[in-house]
Amino acid sequence: MKPGKPVNKEKPAPEGDQPGNRSEMNQQVTQRKSEVRLGREVQARIGQQLRAMYDEVVKEGVPQHISDLVRRLGERDDGTA
Amino acid sequence: MKLDPAIRDQVLATVPSLRAFAISLCGHVDRADDLVQETLLRALAHIDSFEPGTNMPAWLFTILRNLFRSEYRKRRREVEDADGRYAETLKSHPEQTGRVEFSEFRAALAKLPPDQREALILVGASGFSYEEAATICGCAIGTIKSRVNRARIRLADLLAIDSIDDFGPDRATRAILAGGGRN
Repeated sequence: MKPGKPVNKEKPAPEGDQPGNRSEMNQQVTQRKSEVRLGREVQARIGQQLRAMYDEVVKEGVPQHISDLVRRLGERDDGTA
Repeated sequence: MKLDPAIRDQVLATVPSLRAFAISLCGHVDRADDLVQETLLRALAHIDSFEPGTNMPAWLFTILRNLFRSEYRKRRREVEDADGRYAETLKSHPEQTGRVEFSEFRAALAKLPPDQREALILVGASGFSYEEAATICGCAIGTIKSRVNRARIRLADLLAIDSIDDFGPDRATRAILAGGGRN
């Protein structure tokens, strides 16, 4: 608790067994849980999108000019074009 | 001495992923293909420094990454706001990426700082381990982890993903989500 915080004028809630208090706590826990879950979901979606974008290029294979280049260079002694 | 056909085949087998990495890094297909070509020229000219049996993809990715970074630094000196400009180019000419359906995602990716972008792609798409990615980028594993993490957070922010239903307005994205991801 912050020092200097104004004292709550309302009567403090009895410890533990007040229904309102408990449900508020439960709500907070639930909310926190769902944030974590959503975070994972979002990460998974980003991962999917990233891989889909990447794989689209991978599927194109080796362009002919690149394949020709590598084979041509492979035939030479000094590795120059 | 001719290039060992086994080594040559390893190089060729890496090309598709190397291209995907290059396009993800620089956005433009033409520039990416130049980058791949330059990478292969260098790699084959220095093939003696590759130890057979070691990780060919990581070796080629390292060369490409370093070429890209030195080029990026050069451009940055020439154009102050390289990132902003690049993002603008993508926005106004999405067809330059050659892949319009992912234009929104690519535009968001382009807005990431380069070190975060490359870390995310290497780990999240190329399938490298954190350790391999750290070797490729010449940094600590913890650095890669933190960059990937920051990249994801920033992307979620840029794409305004507040909920699963709100993952991007474009139809391709929705189709992917509806289809449950990769085919």
